[in-house]
Amino acid sequence: MNLAYRDIRHNLFRFLLTCVGLGLLLGVVLAMIGIYKGLVVDALTTARSPAVDVWVVEANTRGPFAEASRIPGDTREAIARIAGVTSAGSLTYQTVEADHVGGKPRLYVIGFEPGRPGGPPVIVEGRHIGQSHFEIVADRTSGLALGATLKLGRNTFVVVGSTQHQVASGGDPAVFMTLLDAQKLQFELSPAAARVQIARGAGGASRDTVNAVVARLQTDASPTAVADTIHRWKHLSAITQEAQELILTRSLVDRARRQIGLFTTLLLIVSAVIIALIIYTMTMEKMKQIATLKLIGAPDRTIVSMIVQQAIALGVIGFAIGALLIVNIKDFFPRRVVLEADNVMMLGLIVFIVCLLSSGLGVRAALKVDPATALGG
Amino acid sequence: MGQLQGSHPLVRVEHVSKHFGEGPSRVDALRDVSIDIFPGQVVALLGPSGSGKTTLLNVIGCILDPNSGSMELDGERVLENGKWLRSNLRQLRLDKIGFIFQFHNLIPFLDASDNVALVLQLAGADAVTARARALELLDYLEVGHRTSSMPAQLSGGEAQRVAIARALANRPRIILADEPTAALDSKRAGIVMDLLRKVAVEQDAAIIAVTHDDKIFDRFDHIFNLRDGRLELNAAGLSSSRSAG
Repeated sequence: MNLAYRDIRHNLFRFLLTCVGLGLLLGVVLAMIGIYKGLVVDALTTARSPAVDVWVVEANTRGPFAEASRIPGDTREAIARIAGVTSAGSLTYQTVEADHVGGKPRLYVIGFEPGRPGGPPVIVEGRHIGQSHFEIVADRTSGLALGATLKLGRNTFVVVGSTQHQVASGGDPAVFMTLLDAQKLQFELSPAAARVQIARGAGGASRDTVNAVVARLQTDASPTAVADTIHRWKHLSAITQEAQELILTRSLVDRARRQIGLFTTLLLIVSAVIIALIIYTMTMEKMKQIATLKLIGAPDRTIVSMIVQQAIALGVIGFAIGALLIVNIKDFFPRRVVLEADNVMMLGLIVFIVCLLSSGLGVRAALKVDPATALGG
Repeated sequence: MGQLQGSHPLVRVEHVSKHFGEGPSRVDALRDVSIDIFPGQVVALLGPSGSGKTTLLNVIGCILDPNSGSMELDGERVLENGKWLRSNLRQLRLDKIGFIFQFHNLIPFLDASDNVALVLQLAGADAVTARARALELLDYLEVGHRTSSMPAQLSGGEAQRVAIARALANRPRIILADEPTAALDSKRAGIVMDLLRKVAVEQDAAIIAVTHDDKIFDRFDHIFNLRDGRLELNAAGLSSSRSAG
C-alpha cells in the first residue's frame, strides 16, 4: 500500500495547488536563467553572425561594439592581401530610431558588402539584398514584414528578407543594408549641415569610413599571428574572434549579466527555502498520523518512504509545471529567453536535491516523534 | 467473567517502576506495580489525573521504558529488570498488541478497509489476503457496509468500530484501549464495550482500558485503581483488582 500516493489522492486539489504554486516559482527561476543566457547569447550574436576570425578596428580601441571605431574604407583591401586571409569585408554599425506604423522602433543597422563576410547569416523569409541601394533585410523582432517600407535618413528602404535572432547586445533588432547605404545613413549630413561644413572649408571630407573590417582565415592560419601582423600598422588594432567575444561578455553586458545572475541565485535560494518549508509543513501536519503508524508497528522505512516520495512528487510535478509554462511563454518575452537543455536539467537536479534535503528535515522530525503522542486527545 | 484463574496470564507486570526527572523535580509515575491480566478479561485502569494509569498503559504497550521491573506478554518475557529483551519493540507491538484510541486515530487518507488492511500489510500479508481479512473483520464488527468510506464520512461509533477492527487485524491477544468510549454517547459507548467483551471472549484476548467514563464501569471484570503511581490495596492487602468484579 503506497501511503504517499493515497495521501496525495485524498488531498489531490490541495496537493496540485501546491504544485502549481511551486511550479510558478520554479518557472520564474527558469525564466531568469533563460533571460541570463539570452543576454549572453544576444550579446554574442552580432559578433558571431559574420563567422570571421579577426576583427580590425581603429588603433587603441576595443571596437566596434565596446568602443567607437572608425577606419578608412580601403582598409579592407589591405587586410585581404595579408597572408592567411581568405576573405575580408567592411562593416558599419549604428543604432537608429525609425518612424514606422506610428511608432519609433529602435533598430541596429549593420552595413555590409554583399558577397563579403558580415551579411545576414540566414534568411528565414524572402531573399538576400539584390540591389546596391534601398533594400534591407530585417530581423523578425523588428516587426517589419516583407515588402514593408521604412524611411531611414533621407531614403526609403524596402524590406526584402527576414532574419531570426539577429539583435544587438541591447536587444535592438538588426537591420542589414549595403555598406554604401549604411555609410550614407551614418555619415551624410543634412543639406543645411553640409552647407555649413562647406562654408567652413571642411566639406570635402571622405565618407568612405567603416567601423570595422572582418577577416576570415585559412584553416591553418593563426588568428593571433594575423592580428600581430595587423598591429604593425599603427593606425589599426586587430582583435581575434575569441577576444571579441570575451569583450562582449566580460565588458559590454557584464553588469547586466552579473545583476541577473545574482538575482537568479537569490531566487534559487528563496525557492529552496520555500520548497523546504512546504515539505516540512506537509510532514508536520501528519505528525499525529505518523505517531499512530509508529504505535501500530509501522517500520521507519514506511514513514520515511511516504515523506520522501511526497517530497519528490511535489518537486517533479512543480518543476514540470514550471518548465512547461516557460517553454510555452518564452517567445512572448520582449527579449530572448534561451533555455538550454543542460541548464534545465541542472535546475531539475537542484530541485531534486533540495526536495531530498527538505524531506530530510521532515523525516528527522517524524523519526523523533514519540508514538505515545498518538494516545490521548 | 472470562477470567481463567488457572491459566497463564496474558499480561504479567512485575514490580514495574517509572519515574520522570531527577532530584527535587523527580516524579514517580509508577511505584512497584504488579498486575496479572488473564485471557478473556476486560479490565480498566482507573485513577485521578497523574495517578500513572496512562504510564502503565504505555509500559504495557512497549512505548515507554520503565526504570525497573519485568513484564511478560502473551507468554513471552519482554522486559527483565527494566531492560527490554527485544530490540525491535515496534515489531513486538505489531505482533502482540492492538491499540484503540480515544479519537479512533484512523489514517484519514485511507478508507475503512485500507485502515485495517494496512496493519496486515505491515505484518507481511499480501494485498489480497489483507483486504479479505479486513472485510471479514469489518463484517464481524458490523461495519461491513462502510468499507469504502473515508474516516471523515463515518460516525463516531462506526469510526471506533473500524479502529477496533484495525486493532484486531493481526489477531493480537492483548488490546490496549485509551479512553475508548470518551468520544461516544452512552448508547454507542455500551455498543463498543459489548464489542470489546465479544472480542475478549471469542478471541481469548485481554482488553486493558484506561477510562474515566463512569457509565461503563460495570462493564469491566476488574478495575485497577491507581493513586500516586501505586495500585490501591484493599484491607486484605490485595490490589483492588483481585477483590473487584
